[in-house]
Amino acid sequence: MQGVGKTYGPIRALQGIDLTVPAGRVTCVLGDNGAGKSTLIKIMSGLHAHTEGTFQVHGETLVFDSPRQALERGIATVYQDLAVVPLMEVWRNFFLGAELRHRSYPLAGLRIREMRRIADEELRKMGIAVQDINQPIGTLSGGQRQCVAIARAVYFGARVLILDEPTAALGVKQSGVVLKYTAAARDAGLGVVFITHNPHHAHLVGDHFIVLKRGRTELDSPRSEITLEDLTQQMAGGDELAALAHELRPSGTPTAPASEGTTE
Amino acid sequence: MTSTQEDLVSSTPGLDGYLSRRLFARPEIGATAAAVVILIFFLLAAPAFRSGDSFLTVLYQSSTIGIVAIGVGLLMIGGEFDLSAGVIVTTAGLANSMFCWWFGIDLWVGALLSLALCLLIGFVNGYLVMRTGIPSFLITLGTFFVLQGANLGITKAVTGSVTSPDISQMDGYGRLGNVFSSSFEIGGVTVWGTVIWWLAFAALAVWVLQRTRTGNWVFAVGGGQDSARAVGVPVVRTKIGLFMTVSFLGWFVGMHTLYRFNTLQAGNGVGNEFLYIIAAVVGGTLLTGGYGNVIGVAIGAFIFGMTSLGIVYAGWDPNWFKAFLGVMLLLAVLVNLYVKSLADSSRRGLL
Repeated sequence: MQGVGKTYGPIRALQGIDLTVPAGRVTCVLGDNGAGKSTLIKIMSGLHAHTEGTFQVHGETLVFDSPRQALERGIATVYQDLAVVPLMEVWRNFFLGAELRHRSYPLAGLRIREMRRIADEELRKMGIAVQDINQPIGTLSGGQRQCVAIARAVYFGARVLILDEPTAALGVKQSGVVLKYTAAARDAGLGVVFITHNPHHAHLVGDHFIVLKRGRTELDSPRSEITLEDLTQQMAGGDELAALAHELRPSGTPTAPASEGTTE
Repeated sequence: MTSTQEDLVSSTPGLDGYLSRRLFARPEIGATAAAVVILIFFLLAAPAFRSGDSFLTVLYQSSTIGIVAIGVGLLMIGGEFDLSAGVIVTTAGLANSMFCWWFGIDLWVGALLSLALCLLIGFVNGYLVMRTGIPSFLITLGTFFVLQGANLGITKAVTGSVTSPDISQMDGYGRLGNVFSSSFEIGGVTVWGTVIWWLAFAALAVWVLQRTRTGNWVFAVGGGQDSARAVGVPVVRTKIGLFMTVSFLGWFVGMHTLYRFNTLQAGNGVGNEFLYIIAAVVGGTLLTGGYGNVIGVAIGAFIFGMTSLGIVYAGWDPNWFKAFLGVMLLLAVLVNLYVKSLADSSRRGLL
């Protein structure tokens, strides 16, 4: 992805973004609200077409105009809140949009037993214990639903997995579970794009970090060249936060890490 | 996981989690119980209700609502409404009869033209809803008024009255009558063909909804349109198809009405759109989409048939029928709300 930008009428949402997603690596995209993270995801997942720059998948220059096209090229996206259809069963959600059928004529029967079995197996393989594969997915917890969506992307041979704020609405324990599956997806050889505003979560799994600010790249650095403190500082507006931390620190206390208080 | 389980159990005391989930997967459970109660009630209250003949009359009455209700139910599971479903029945019949009468051609041609017209109306409904993002309630309310006005206006312009011409002497009337409004005798009772058609359409719809990819997509577009689109479900195509299914079934019932009575009142059909919606909701279809099934909708239509005739057989004032329908609807909505809260509450508690 090179110099990609997007304008909504007169509003320039994103410009000059360079992003490479290598296989087996986690690329973290960080940014505050309104920094352009969602626009970037929408371009990569095919919901919106970009208006400038070039977007390449395996050397092929493309402009997506539907999520189906992105999926066909192995780019799967797990959205924060629209990952699943809550009233449908776990296995139906797992296979939604890629159902197995007996024949290919219209109204051909679904291979229901097989889909139930595969969904169950795949979830177990990822270490997700769902009590009943037939329960509506809405009865699962938020973290479990994210994990089902990740397992689905891995099973359907995604080569690039985009995770949109997967830990934003979750508690500490559930975030840990989601991060574990993010790592599992990376180990399975997928290129992962992890989008978040939480530098702690990003630093736990990330191999490369990009910080967006007002639609531009603010920082672009591999893991080896950056510490959690740097990252947190970049995210929170750099020096502003240092000044704030200084003000908030009671006089006489030894230096506290400047990162605290920025999570969630 | 444990807490999910507890949530489900705590909201349905006396049932274990597995059983409550099985019940949750059966939207028609409330309608079935209601149908049994109403059946027993009328068997006791109305002696005339107890013959095989009146039972089949009930089935016939149910089928005239039930056929279109199948389509409306599917559409509601897909998250949309169609208020024009009542008048399109009359539009279908009028288009067929007046076109052929005016040009003096075979009724088969008119029937096919009428089918094309109805499918086009369904397509336009769906296309406008998907294209503009305006709620289907408003779009189809517009279509409803357009069709209602056109039905009366065109009939008056063609025939000079609000009744369509008698077509019983025209070519093709006999054969079309056999298809759309035949009846036969079994064991001394009259069975109308529409009852068979109703059951056949219902069986087909059950198959499609539960066992095919299309059915999966119907649930998905109703239960989470954006999620469905994000995983590659063709949302626009699915929803337009649902609108066209409704108008196809409306056409079918329109043909039945025309070939049974051979003339039509141009003002008919108004108000029936609500009967279809009531049948679907009483049958356990969620008003907001994503949940319901066809068996429930069929039972909803059967409840309609039983009460509308049961009240007459019992010798009561038929005006009470509407009041009864209203009560049924309210009860059904409350049950549906409760069912949905089962899925929602356990989720929200954990986020």
